[in-house]
This record gives sequence, structure tokens and C-alpha cells, in this order.
Amino acid sequence: MNYPLLLRGALTIARKNMRIYYRKAPVYIFGLLLPTFLFFAFFVGRELDISRYFPGFLAMSLFFTSSSVGPIIVPWEKQAGTFERLLSFPVSVTTIILGDMLAGALFGLLISTVVGVLGIILLGLTVTNIFLLAILFVLGNACFAALGELLSSTGGRTPSNVMMLSSLVRFPLIFISGIFISLSDMTGPGFIIAHFSPLTYLVDGLDASMGQSSVFHWTIDILSLLLFTVLFVFAARRVLRRNLMKGL
Amino acid sequence: MDAIEADGLTKYFGELLAVDHVNFHVKKGEFFGLLGPNGAGKTTTIRMLTGIIEPDAGHVLIEGIDITKRPLEAKMKLGCIPEVGNVYQDLSARENLNLVGRFYGLSRRERESRSEELLTLLGLADRADDYVRTFSKGMRQRVSIACAIVHRPPILLLDEPTEGLDVHSRRVIVDLVKKMNAQGCTIILTTHNIEEANRLCQRVCIINKGSIAAIEAPEKLRRAYESIQTVEVAFDKKVDLCSFTSGHISHIEASGDKWRFHTDNPDEAIRDIVKIGDERGLKIISLATMGPTLEDVFVKLTEGGI
Repeated sequence: MNYPLLLRGALTIARKNMRIYYRKAPVYIFGLLLPTFLFFAFFVGRELDISRYFPGFLAMSLFFTSSSVGPIIVPWEKQAGTFERLLSFPVSVTTIILGDMLAGALFGLLISTVVGVLGIILLGLTVTNIFLLAILFVLGNACFAALGELLSSTGGRTPSNVMMLSSLVRFPLIFISGIFISLSDMTGPGFIIAHFSPLTYLVDGLDASMGQSSVFHWTIDILSLLLFTVLFVFAARRVLRRNLMKGL
Repeated sequence: MDAIEADGLTKYFGELLAVDHVNFHVKKGEFFGLLGPNGAGKTTTIRMLTGIIEPDAGHVLIEGIDITKRPLEAKMKLGCIPEVGNVYQDLSARENLNLVGRFYGLSRRERESRSEELLTLLGLADRADDYVRTFSKGMRQRVSIACAIVHRPPILLLDEPTEGLDVHSRRVIVDLVKKMNAQGCTIILTTHNIEEANRLCQRVCIINKGSIAAIEAPEKLRRAYESIQTVEVAFDKKVDLCSFTSGHISHIEASGDKWRFHTDNPDEAIRDIVKIGDERGLKIISLATMGPTLEDVFVKLTEGGI
């Protein structure tokens, strides 16, 4: 493997994605508006301690934004007829996945940092472990950007269909990951199912970094997010390889 | 070392054998044409040559580098216009060139100077900063070819580069490709335009049903099929072709205001045409015998494949 070429290709793809896809409507609808509406739907008119639920909301915002760019890129390029040309450049499937992932993760990092900083200032929250928070932001964004890439690798050439599939996967995750019902309040099958969601470990880690009660040790949260990231990248690579020419 | 060595290339799509043990070598600096009817396997072959898909069997060497084993290094030597190879419509022409230059590791200065040079050469300088989505098809294809050559590749693969273009854009692209070939660039051209292949290519490879039907210089191919002769005749009035039944005429086709009589014996065919013309009171305005065109050879080789 020629790593300098791989890195150059990934950075160039990320730059191209940021230039083109950060301006696409589905990114804003599914990445920004949707979590905002969910937040209002949950909190408005209810006597809830917003600071208690803030780590969960922050995790939801990060989750939606970082996983909203990836799903549109491959189908959009296949539909526009640019994907075959991209494949003819000195890039591999791994390069494409890393480049797309990087663009998604940076978008998520930017938005979640703004949401996080605003929330912390406006709500007067205390961050008890800034390093843990920073690591979780980086890892969380990488993990969910990789999930977005996995969803986009499924082969379709219609962005709206892939976004629909992506919603089908993402919506159930927010209900089983301790966002609306705190992990410490979960019992029985719900708590067991929560273990299978990568979002659970982000919510739990953010709880820990903001001085809230957490269920797992923070090292478990980090390792789990790392494991899910690797899993999503390898799965995306395998699925995209198989579906490379589908829809061209 | 040849520019491209394709040995035993084979590709299946499910049960369908799209490319069947295709072998050819392209010499450095050669202008090589890939011809074939729709669905013959040309685009699949080009996709294997450019590393877009992997062959099920066989291998491709790009200047000695195996594109399956070292795809990134091999692709660095290629410039390519794929069959579905649009440029980014949400970027300007200049931004597209800049992006491609980054993929090939060009410095900022190189990207800027080469973009300027190519955009001027291709008549796009005044629209360089407009979004490509506002361009005509011909202009988009000119941007596409600029993207394929901005890094000055030693090998250029063009899959139907002039398909559906206006005369001006076609000429601009053909002239540029000819100029690059004259400067030593190896060109592989896939085209339906047989006349274009005849004019440009030093050798053509005719693919039919996934296999190579012939590889030869266009002139040698024509000579190999000398038996396909044509007598082209113009009469002074409308002709009932059914009258022209002769054992020496295989079939007749219209060619503008003339008629082309295909034969393996021009001498006897001309005698028959003159005799039948006399009997029908037709005056011959012009008469010429012609050897087979590359198109005739192509049709002969791919009969039943279209």
C-alpha cells in the first residue's frame, strides 16, 4: 500500500466533498433540522432538567450531523456520472471511504462543537474531563461518519432512497441509546439492546465528561466507539467494493 | 517495455462472459483504436485497463506496473475519459482542473499554470470560473478532456470522447489528441466513429462479443479484405434496384445520390451494371470502383454481432 498516495487521495476527496456536498439540502435537513425538531418535540412543554439531558442531546446532534454527509456522496456521484471518473483517478475504495468519512466527521465536529460550546455556556454546565470530551468528539464523529459511509455503500444511485435507508437505521438508534431515557434508568431488554448501539457509548462517555452519572467506565466507551468505527470502515469497504459498478 | 500489456483479460457479469481472454499490447507513442458494436465489451475492457474494475482472469501492465497489484502507482500514469465520466457540475471549470491536479500531486503553481494553458487552448478561458452546470455538452466534454490531461499523462484512454458533440468541439478535441500523440503520448481510443478511427489510429482492435476479431493497421485490414469491393454509380434518373440482379453483385445500398454495388468481381459487376443500365435507358453520370472501407471490414468482422 502506497500510504502517501492514499493520504493525498483521501484529503483531496474530503476537500472535494466539503466544497460540493456541504451545500446540499439533504445534509441540512437530515443533519441539522431533524435533531433540532426532535429536541423541541422532547423538551417543549415538559418540566425536564435540560442540563441532565444535555449530554444526550449533544450526542444526538453529533450523531445526526456526522452521519448526514456520507450517505449522499456515493449515490449523488453515481447519479451525476462523476463516480466512474473518480475511480479512474489514483484512488482506491479505501481512499474514497476515508475521504468521504473525513468530510462527514469534520462537518459533525464543527456543528457539534458549536452546539456543545453554546449549550455549556448558556446552561452553565461544567465539563469535568475536557480531554475525554475532546476524544469522544473526535471518535464519535469518525464512528458515525463511517456509519454514514456504510449506508451510502449499499449501491443505490438515488440519494433520496439512501437517505430513507439511513433514517431507517438512525431513528431506532436514538431511542435505544439513552438519549430520551437515561441509561441508568434503563432496565431489562432495553438495557441489553442498548449495548449494541454505538451511540450508547457516546452518550455515556459525554455523561461522564460532564460530571453526570455514567453506566460504563469511560475506557469502555472509548474502546467501544473505536471498535464500532473499525467495524463500520471494514464493512463499508467490503460493501462498496461489491457494489462499485452498481448504478453506473 | 510496452505502454500497455493486456494479457488474457476475462470478465464475467454473473453468467454473462463480457470479455473473453483479450490479449493486446500497445506500444509507447502508439495511437490505438478499440472498435466494436454496442455490447461488444469495449467499455468493460477500458474499465479493466484503467483499474476501475478488476478482471476475473488475466492482467494489465501499465508501463510494467500491474494495475491490480499496484493500482495507485499504475493510475498515476494514466489520463482517462471514462464512458460515464462527467466532471463536477457544482464546480467551475478551473476548480475541476485544480481538483484533478491535486489527485496527481501537482503543486499549486503547476495546477494554476496548466489550468490556464488548457482552458485557453480549449477555448474556455472566458468561462473558466463559471459553474460547469451552465456549460453546453461540448464545453463540458472539453473540460473533461482538460481534466484527463492536466497532469500530462504518458498514456491517455478515451472512451467515446467525441460522441454526440458539435463539429467545433469534436475538432478541438481531435486536434488536441493528435497533438499529444505527436508529442509522444500513447493514446487508446474507443469509438463508434470508424472514419475517425481510420484517420487517427495506427492500429485498431476490433472486438466482437467479448473477443478480439482482428488487430491490425487500418490499411492492412482493408487490404486483407480486398474481396469486399464496391462500384459506386450515379445515374441520371431514379433507378429500380430490383432490375440490377447479377451473380456478381452481392448487395446494393444508397449513398447520397449514388448507388454502391458490393462485389467480389468489379470487372464483371461493371459490365452487368452497364448492360442493365442500357436495357433500362439509364445514363451513367459517374462510376468509380472502390476498395473496402474500414467500415466494410468492421461490418464483415462483426456480422451478427450488432
